[in-house]
Amino acid sequence: MEKTITVTVNGTAYTRTVPLRLLLVDFIRDECGLTGTHIGCTYEGRCGACTVQIEGRAHKSCMKLAVQADGKEITTIEGLGSRDNLHRLQQAFSRYHALQCGFCTSGILMNAVDFLNENINPSEAEVRRALVGNLCRCTGYSHIVEAILAASATRHGLKPVPPPAETEPPP
Amino acid sequence: MKPALFAYVAPQSVEEALELLASDEMARPLAGGQSLIPTMNFRIAAPSALVDLRRIGALNGHAVEGDVIRVGAMTRQRDLERDEAVQRANPLIAEVLGNVAHIVIRNRGTVGGSIAHADAAAELPCMLVATGGTVVARRAGGERTIAAEDFFLFHMTTALEAVELLTEVRIPALPPHTGYAFQEVARRHGDYALAGVCALVTLKDGVCSAVRLAACGVASKPTRLAEAEAALLGAPPEGEALARAAEAARDYATAADDRQASTDYRRDLASALVRRTVTKAADRARERA
Repeated sequence: MEKTITVTVNGTAYTRTVPLRLLLVDFIRDECGLTGTHIGCTYEGRCGACTVQIEGRAHKSCMKLAVQADGKEITTIEGLGSRDNLHRLQQAFSRYHALQCGFCTSGILMNAVDFLNENINPSEAEVRRALVGNLCRCTGYSHIVEAILAASATRHGLKPVPPPAETEPPP
Repeated sequence: MKPALFAYVAPQSVEEALELLASDEMARPLAGGQSLIPTMNFRIAAPSALVDLRRIGALNGHAVEGDVIRVGAMTRQRDLERDEAVQRANPLIAEVLGNVAHIVIRNRGTVGGSIAHADAAAELPCMLVATGGTVVARRAGGERTIAAEDFFLFHMTTALEAVELLTEVRIPALPPHTGYAFQEVARRHGDYALAGVCALVTLKDGVCSAVRLAACGVASKPTRLAEAEAALLGAPPEGEALARAAEAARDYATAADDRQASTDYRRDLASALVRRTVTKAADRARERA
């Protein structure tokens, strides 16, 4: 009930002998040690925290077996940007306060990057629809939507929605 | 939870897959896995073996051939949704697919998988019944085509036999002078529909010369609304005829009360959705004329 597979994650090939029933999300976290991909529900595809890109398309890694990814190229949040070189969308998330606890953020980013690649100039309604499969329990989504729209606008040289005004910290 | 133990094979050809499925009646084909894998994670399903179809090139791809859209079973829903030739041949398909779960799921979910899974609330089976589509079922040494209305038997139950594999879905192109519409009511966008209705209305001299209506979520399978169709035939798609069609649609909502909706509420939804989709489809038929 085991199989040897090779999966390329963020440019590194991982060859491992894994149980057939190992889910891809557990392969990424436990075999590759890349824990930026999260598990927020009971592997039912509801929360979206485990979203990664497989061959450039956003997928939920809890709804796929590791053996199904044999020979595939995967990008996780660790491959999207680095601390010193944040992805455009990560910069927008920082600027617009699009995260609080951060648990859902990696999944939302991996989904939104693919979404913006496919949708040149999305409307707010389209962005909100694209986020249906990602649960965020902190932000109420408003800042996430603003950040994604801002990242899209920046790419097209448009003037993005201004970030919320700085407020005085409470005394 | 995690799946129970199973064997796993990824054959290269349909013949090989059929042999594997025939040798073990508890084996199941694995397409996109967007229903099967979570079901296995919950241990609602525990197949002895998975026959992964991803390496079988013959099951991939789709093409518009005359007035039929041929869709390989492993075609990803998102690929079909975004195909311009398919949109031109039958724009109803993209409208329906826009309501199937959400984009990330459609990136991976397959057309054949959703249809073979046959959830009574799912949108694609309803579309196939409304358009009068067919599926191709292969078995060792032969194949047969099955009309959509004969294919769906009950919730998650189809006419496919254990030794057969759904290899292709055939969807008719939109006929001339015909408008289309699909609408559903769900608690949130992307959820399974509490009720959904697919309408095709053909207009000639202002009256309905052909009408096809099908509903999902209201009964134990995707259901053709024959009485509602009959009420519209030969009449203009409005006024009294539309009112009679909407009233007739109520009786097709037979699903028992559940946590989401009561039977009475579903009867109201079926009626309202017939009214809305027929009106929208008729508007589009006039635009096309």
